[in-house]
Amino acid sequence: MSDKRTCLYERHLELKAKMVSFGGFEMPIQYSDIADEHNAVRKACGVFDVSHMGEVLVEGREAERFVQHIFTNDVAGAPEGKIFYGMMLHPHGGTVDDLLVYKESDERFFLVINAANIDKDYAWIEEQAAGFDVKTENQSEYYGQLAVQGPKAEEVVEKVLGLPCQELVFYTFKKLDVDGETIILSRTGYTGEDGFEIYGSHAFTQRSWDKLMASGEAKPCGLGCRDTLRFEVGLPLYGDELTDDLSPLEAGLGMFAKLDKEEFIGKEALLRQKAEGLTRKIVGIELEGRAIPRHGYDVVVGDEVVGTVTTGYNSISTGKSVCMALVDIAYAKLGTPVQVRIHRKLHNGVVTKKRFYDKSYKK
Amino acid sequence: MAKVIEGLYYSESHEYVRVEGEYGYVGITDYAQSQLGNVVYVDMPEEDDEVTAGEEFGAVESVKAASDLFSPVSGTVVEVNSALEDEPELINQDAFENWIMKVRLSDSSELENLLDAEAYAKICE
Repeated sequence: MSDKRTCLYERHLELKAKMVSFGGFEMPIQYSDIADEHNAVRKACGVFDVSHMGEVLVEGREAERFVQHIFTNDVAGAPEGKIFYGMMLHPHGGTVDDLLVYKESDERFFLVINAANIDKDYAWIEEQAAGFDVKTENQSEYYGQLAVQGPKAEEVVEKVLGLPCQELVFYTFKKLDVDGETIILSRTGYTGEDGFEIYGSHAFTQRSWDKLMASGEAKPCGLGCRDTLRFEVGLPLYGDELTDDLSPLEAGLGMFAKLDKEEFIGKEALLRQKAEGLTRKIVGIELEGRAIPRHGYDVVVGDEVVGTVTTGYNSISTGKSVCMALVDIAYAKLGTPVQVRIHRKLHNGVVTKKRFYDKSYKK
Repeated sequence: MAKVIEGLYYSESHEYVRVEGEYGYVGITDYAQSQLGNVVYVDMPEEDDEVTAGEEFGAVESVKAASDLFSPVSGTVVEVNSALEDEPELINQDAFENWIMKVRLSDSSELENLLDAEAYAKICE
């Protein structure tokens, strides 16, 4: 099956982006250089085409009860305009996907899901919806999405795009009428910096991208630095740190699974994991030297393979070689000495927190 | 346009060897570094390691990916370019100046299997 293209595909080619296949889409991995793009987001402002992300609308009398049923975080009684991060789980506790839930009203929620999982997620959501008084709609084909990220994002969104966003609080959104359509502006992102994600029609997304490029105020950024940025601040990527087989507890994301909530799919499994104790966990590892631990490399203690690297880089912001890895629980404690096999050699490291660089969100 | 230097021997996998007496200085070509982008790490062999023509001896890595290195010649590693440990970006600055390993050649007839500058330039087009 050939990859899909976003509404900005032609623009990426004009900018001579290097294109790769990601999540079923042909996406720009970099325009110039991953480190330059990464640093632009840390220090000024970058813009990402994230139109590949999926959007699902859940509407109806029982919308809130349904979202509570399929989602690990607790949206009950939340104010309109609030956004929640969490997961949808299998009954066995493995993760169907991680997602954002936008609460428009008690009867209307907007779910933002990973590109690679759109078909799987939507089928799963529809299946769970049987018996609830809700309607679901996959709106992924309609929406384009831009992520404007970095310490100067607020200024850029206000001045270049003309969208009022100063008063918008982190993890909230608002709907705005622009050029005859309703767009969604949210203060969210996947970089560890302040920033905004903007959902609109393809035409709106294209016009906004063109304004940003013409202004020179936002550097076009590819998926390459999106990954290095999210990784440094310890954010998971579905497929690496979360999978159908890995629970949010194992991923160290328990704070987004509200076990005091009355009910959600997978809750029993999480309670069981908690009671019995985890057998493995995602940890951070910092290595001596510059050798780069990459996805799939072995984590070794003595003669034994005790885990696998899920994501690793030579951190662009700190210069250190670091990774996240899924390891046996016996080796998950902070400060545990471990080794990572990189090419033919074993490199010494130590278990650390997963956050290798501090987030600078504007709360 | 990538630089190709006369008098060196080249492999199809974009390594070069500069022969001086019984030694060969092995590195990656200017074309290879330009394709790779910014080099952030070079995985080098150790002194006294034996390398074999056509077999892996290390890797050069960009932010996103590791590319294996294949030795164009057989022999014993007598020196590695330790400057690359702290400044791997030297390869981007001048790939031909910044060789990766110095090898005592065990079979100089292997050089006949490699490409000359003219033939190598053709595969970079």
